[in-house]
Order: sequence, then C-alpha cells, then structure tokens
Amino acid sequence: MEILIYGIINSVILAFMALGFTLVYSIARVPNFAHGALYITTGYIAWVLLHKLTGFPYLLAIVIAISVTAVIGALIYRFILIRIRGMEISEIIATYAIGLAILEGLRWGGLRGGTFTLPHFIAGNVQIFGVSVDYQRLIIVGIGIVTFAALYLFTHFNKVGLALRGIAQDERAAMMLGIDSDMTAIVSLAIGSGLAGFAAILLLPLGNIIVEVGYNVLIFAIAVCVIGGLGSWGGTILASFIIGFAQILTEAFLSTHYQMVVALLAIIVTLLIKPSGIFGKQKELEERV
Amino acid sequence: MEMMRKERIDRGVRVRASGLYAISSWREMLYLMGPPLALIIGVILLPFVLELAPYWKRVINIMCVYALLALAFDFLANYVGLVCLGGAFFVGVGGYLSAVFNVYLHFPVYLAIPSATICGAFLCTFLLMPCLPLRGVYFAIVTLMYPLLATRAIEALNILGGTNGITGLDSLPNEYIEHYAIILVTLFFLYAMRRFVNQDVGLVIRGVKDNDQAVRASGISVTKMKAFAVFIAAFMGCFGGAYISHMYMWSGLSMFALDFSIIPMASVVIGGGGTLLGAVIGSFILVPLSEVLRNFGTFRIVIYCALLTGFIVFKSEGIMVYAMRKYHQFERWVKV
Amino acid sequence: MNDDIILSVRGISKTFGGLKALVDVGFDIGRGEVYGIIGPNGSGKTTLINCITGFIKADAGKVLFKDQNITGWPPHKIAHIGISRTFQIMRPYYSLPAYKNLIIPLWSPRAKTTGGWRGGGKTGDRDTVAVDILEEIGFERDSRVPYKLASTLPTGYQKRLELARCIAMRPEIIFCDEVFSGLSMSEIAGMLPLIEKMKGDGITLIMVEHRLRELFRVADRVMALNFGEKIAEGESRIVIENKKVKEAYLGSEEV
Repeated sequence: MEILIYGIINSVILAFMALGFTLVYSIARVPNFAHGALYITTGYIAWVLLHKLTGFPYLLAIVIAISVTAVIGALIYRFILIRIRGMEISEIIATYAIGLAILEGLRWGGLRGGTFTLPHFIAGNVQIFGVSVDYQRLIIVGIGIVTFAALYLFTHFNKVGLALRGIAQDERAAMMLGIDSDMTAIVSLAIGSGLAGFAAILLLPLGNIIVEVGYNVLIFAIAVCVIGGLGSWGGTILASFIIGFAQILTEAFLSTHYQMVVALLAIIVTLLIKPSGIFGKQKELEERV
Repeated sequence: MEMMRKERIDRGVRVRASGLYAISSWREMLYLMGPPLALIIGVILLPFVLELAPYWKRVINIMCVYALLALAFDFLANYVGLVCLGGAFFVGVGGYLSAVFNVYLHFPVYLAIPSATICGAFLCTFLLMPCLPLRGVYFAIVTLMYPLLATRAIEALNILGGTNGITGLDSLPNEYIEHYAIILVTLFFLYAMRRFVNQDVGLVIRGVKDNDQAVRASGISVTKMKAFAVFIAAFMGCFGGAYISHMYMWSGLSMFALDFSIIPMASVVIGGGGTLLGAVIGSFILVPLSEVLRNFGTFRIVIYCALLTGFIVFKSEGIMVYAMRKYHQFERWVKV
Repeated sequence: MNDDIILSVRGISKTFGGLKALVDVGFDIGRGEVYGIIGPNGSGKTTLINCITGFIKADAGKVLFKDQNITGWPPHKIAHIGISRTFQIMRPYYSLPAYKNLIIPLWSPRAKTTGGWRGGGKTGDRDTVAVDILEEIGFERDSRVPYKLASTLPTGYQKRLELARCIAMRPEIIFCDEVFSGLSMSEIAGMLPLIEKMKGDGITLIMVEHRLRELFRVADRVMALNFGEKIAEGESRIVIENKKVKEAYLGSEEV
C-alpha cells in the first residue's frame, strides 16, 4: 500500500517537474535546458521575499516569484532564442548555458548549504489506508490533477491554446492563418517557465532549495519527456508514472542511491527499444507522398 | 539617400598564393605557412617561455587537454552532426581506465595511458552505440545523461574507490615529458583531423551530417560511420582523461564533471565551429581566462556561459572564421 | 520467364496511423525493363519505393530480388546488393562540391566490389572517376560545373547528380522518384537520352512519374496506383485508356 501511494505521489511530482519542459517543447520546439534553473530561481525568489522581508504574505510571495520566472522565460526567448530559432544545436547550447549561468550564479551568490527552505502550506500528516502522508504531498496530488485537467482544457478549447497547438503542428501553416509564431513562442515560454516555478513552489517545501536540485529537476524532466516522447502530453504523464513507480520500487528494495540510476537507465533502455519514446511522433522518414 | 553595401574582396596575395603559384615567392609562402607555423612553434615553445611564470606551466597541460576535447566536440557536432553534451564521459572513462590499469594492474604509465585510450575509446563507442540512431536534441539529451549516470552508478555501487576515487597513480617521469606528451598529441590530432575530414572517409562522414538518407541509399551503414566517428572523438577524449588522471595522480568523480563538457563546447562556439583550429584556439583563450577567474569560484561558469550565449547569438561564426576572413579578404563600402 | 524476373514484389501493405498508404501491391519486373509507376498525388508511389528499398518497414508483403528475400533488410544492405534509388526531395551533400558528392557512393562497399572505383589507394583516383561519371551524366567536364558547390547547382543538375549518385554504385535496379518533376522542357529533353542510355546499359529502371507523356516514351510497362491500390498494369497505351485510371486522374463521382 505504501508503495502504491508513494508511487502515485512520486509520479505526480515527476509529472510536475516535466510539465513546463514538455509544454515549451511541444509548442515552441525549444528544448528548454534552463528549466531546472528557472525552477530553482522561483524557489529562491520566494525564499528571499519571505525571509528578507518579515511578514510578507506567503501567497503574494508565490505569485510574485512565479510571475518573475515567467517573465524571465519570456525575456530569454525575446532577446536570445529568437535570434537562433530553428538551429537546434544552438538552442540547446544557449538554453543550457543560460541555465548553468543562473544556477552557478545563484550558487556564487550564496545559495549554499541547507538553510533554504519554504514552509509547508499546511503542516501535519494524515493516515490513508494506514499509510502516513503529509498534507503537502496530498496538496501536490490534488493540484496536480487540477493543473493537468486545466492545461488540457486550455489547449483544446481555448483560442490561445488552440493557436499554440497550431504552431506546434505546423508553424508555417499557422503563420499563414495569421498566428504570430514568435508571440506564441514567447507566451509558451512564459507559461512553461511559470509552470516550472509553480512546480517549484509546490515541491520545494518537501526539501531544501539547493543548486543540485536544479540539475536533478532538469534531468528528471528530460527523462520523463524523452521516455514519453518529446512534446507528447499523454506520454509525459504515462512516463512519469513509469519512472515514478520504478523509483519507489528501487527505493523500497535497493536503496535511494539507485533512484537516479534508474531514471537514467530508463532513458537509455527506452531509446534502445523505441527511439521516439512511447508516444513520440518522430516521422519514420521525412518524405512521404 | 545613397545606399551603401559592404563588399568583400580577396586579397591579392591570397589569389597569388593559390595553387602552384604559392611557391613563387617567399611572400606567398609566408602568407600560407605563417599562421600555422606561428601557432605550432608558439605552442611548442610555450613551456620554455613560461619558465618565467612557473605557476602558469600547469595551465598549458590543461589547456591542451581541453583543446583535445574541443576538437572531439567540434568534429562530432560540425562534421558528423552529433551534438555530444557529454564530453566528460570520455574523460571519465579514460581517466578511470588508466587508473585501473596503473593502480590495480600495475601497468607503467607509458603503457597505461595508451591502453586506457584505446580501451576507453572502444568502451565509449560500445556504450554510445544505442544512441547513434538518435538525432538532434535526442542525442544531445542522452549524451548529457551519460556522465551523470556514470557518477551516480559509481556512487551507488561504491566501486572504483567510490566517492574518494582512485589515488596513487604514477605521474609522468618529468615535467617536460608531461608538457610535450600533451602538446605534441594535441598538435598531431589537430592537423590529423583537419586532413582526415577532407579524405574520402571524412567526406563520407560529413555526408552523414548533410543527408544520412542518401548515405544509406549509397549502400553505406550510417550507424557504422557514426560509430567510427564516435570512436575517433572518444579516442581523443579518453587520451585527455587518461593524461589528466596521471597529471593529478588521482582519478575520481570529478573526472565526469560538467567542466569537461561545457568548456570544450564553449571553446568551439567561441573559436568557430567547423574549423577544428577554432576549437583549439578557443580553448587556448578560455582555459587561461578561467585560471584568471579562479578566485571568483563558480562565478566563472557564469562568465563562460554569458560569453557562450553572447557568441552564439551575436557572433555565431566565431573568432577563427572571422580572423580567416580578415586575413584573406578586405572589405570596402560600395554604392549600390 | 522466371529467370528474367529481377525484382518481384508481393502483397506489400502499409498503414500510417489509420491511413492505408498501400494495400496488397504486387508486381514483377523483368531484367532490363523500364517500368513506370503512375498515380495521382498521395496514391502511395513514394511509399512503395520506400518499402521496397527498406527506408520504411512494410506491414506485410515480400520483396524478392533475384529470388532472394530482401524484405525488412536495412536500406544500406539493399543498396549494397544493387538496388539504388533517387529521392524525390533532392538533398545533395550541400557543403561539398558536386564531384565530391560522388565520393560517398564510390567509397561504399558495393562500389569497391563492382569495380565502380578502379583500384589504387590514393584519393585522386576516386576524384577522377567521379568526374568521369559526372561527364557521363551530362556535366560538362571542362566547365566549372562539376567543381561547384552542390548547393549552388540548378535543379536540373541536382537531379542529374542524384542519378549520378546511383550510377556510381553500378546498380542493377534504379528507382527514379520523379526525376522529371520540376524540370523545364529542355532539361527533360536532355534527361531522356540519359534514361535511354541507362536502359541500354542493361540497368532495370523503375520510374515514378507525374509527367506521363515523357514516361510513356521510355517505359515498357506501367502500373497505376490509386489510394494505395494497384488499379491497372500493362503497356502504357492500354493503362491510360483504362477506365479506373482515367477516373483516378480526372476524378470520379466518389471522390
């Protein structure tokens, strides 16, 4: 029972980490390697607001932190990525470099050690089927389900969401229909970064805000997305459940050390069997009649 | 308003120095041979010059190791089309293998390094085999994972010295051998690679980058060619790793560190992708720079990254291409 | 009769998602024949070629080359035994000069065994062979054209380069995927003798074409595809008179 419950929680956490990355890739076709850095940035901003300004309301801090991250994401696209759009290699290197710069900059700026934590939303535990779970994790699962549903509705029934999907499918055709591709890309980066921040706010209370977490989040996000198939929503959720349960199982039967090994091995094995991921849409051949 | 346009014209000496006419006068020969000779002689003399500043002598070796890694990255990215973000993996494999050969199996240094290089190259190629059908982002992502996976695996299994690493490697016999081993190897690989990419085999590998379908349709196995290319790159990387482990007389988890992936990449971007020479020059600029910035701690990574992003966005051709253009051509404004 | 059949395709089927790209397509091709495949856009012509040459795995069906089952082989192996193809979307190796484009097929294991590359170990040799082949295919040797970057060549030359890439391997079968499309009349006029010449050299040609008039001039037999199904096969004159073929091209009430 414990494995099942914590498996589900862990899977939702992974899905949350991957959400922003998938969104950006599926719409703007930009592999946002700065994802982990944005995640940590949000946590750090929230921490600064809470601890440097006494009595600052938590909710407001969250809102500000997430919006700042979203703006950073948009700025990254507006001033940097826009110039190297379409050159995959450059996009990877540039976003990766930006991410590294942010993370190492934070480390240099004093983000070291275990003193940085965000408070839980509601403290305390509850017993579910005889397993003790804290409220924070329950909130994560709850909000997770709501977020996924909201995003699904947004992309399938909202005008902006549909425009985003249109861009994702065929950029040129969408442009001909009067959708500004750069604008949508900026929006998607902002939303994606905002989601990274949102995930950070939800998940960071579970542990410390440290730079390494940024790298781990990036790795997990990538792992989930690659296994699920880059840019595929269903795949992302399915993959996060696969990895989530695999990790909990290894933790239960081996040791925590192997968690990351499992995630990384899962990527390599998936790619061996099905190079485009579970739900990937990589074309078999570029030309078809 | 008068419209003006910049026009680029080849320098006269370049035209005269093309083909057989190059040997017509010393001037033309100097024009052609000068820059490469200056580089080669400069690098070879470096250890003697730096007798004046002994602190910097160690930097030469590190500079050359990074140059090798940058060469490997440039070759894979711009000639084969595989963006390998995991250069550290090659270094780590080479370093650890050499440590194993030297410490556990008691190979002497001059045997441990070459055998680690060769075995390491085979091992890396074998391990990267499954990723070779992948393209673009996918390959980049997966190679990024490899060094991380290796680190975590060593930590989790607590093998090869675990988090402490393997200590007590033999160092190279003396300082000058240490310098020249790496300098000569770097120069050799630089010019060997420059020749190689224009050989027939090199052209086939470049064909894979341009259009792998057509290469397949020509009856050549693309995976085999990619594996071959990875082997070459891994060979350089593993040599660098094996060398570095003997230089520090230690091989540990930091052999898989991010630096070994990011600095070569930055060097290539700054030096100019696809020129190979640019990769070397880039690392000759970046590594000393990083030494200067040592006091800033991790802030130096921020500086590289800013440089890297700046170059990618604003000067994507890199220093080398820019310099070559200035060397061969001059510009003037003409009316349209 | 059976000795003369070089390529035999049986019951190839392929679906992409829900779309039936090919349904049970089969045909036999005799040695030295010029076989045309026609059909409106989206009828599965290129998919058929991709299935036969191994670039796409067919869901069902068999391909026999000289009675050897080559179904499901990887593309480079199929090319190695002598089945070559051009691509509809031409992508020469842009960063290389035109003649250097041929180094790649000339370097292939097949070219080494068939003598496409005549002995010697120096780089120069393949270069000369490459220029020879380009001359054969209509690049003027004394002009700058063979030495120009492939990306700067006009379409006509790029198409020729595609063919040259095939010829360099000395194949037994060449699949030509729309070699005439996008060419001007005069370019086509220059291309036809090449086709005739290849036929004269005993190469079996399978041509996917939209330009029916030019195709019928060279083709011995023609097959028509529509919505992935074979609707007619035979001599070109008979096929074009076929009612189904006319409907496919001109549209019928169902469409």
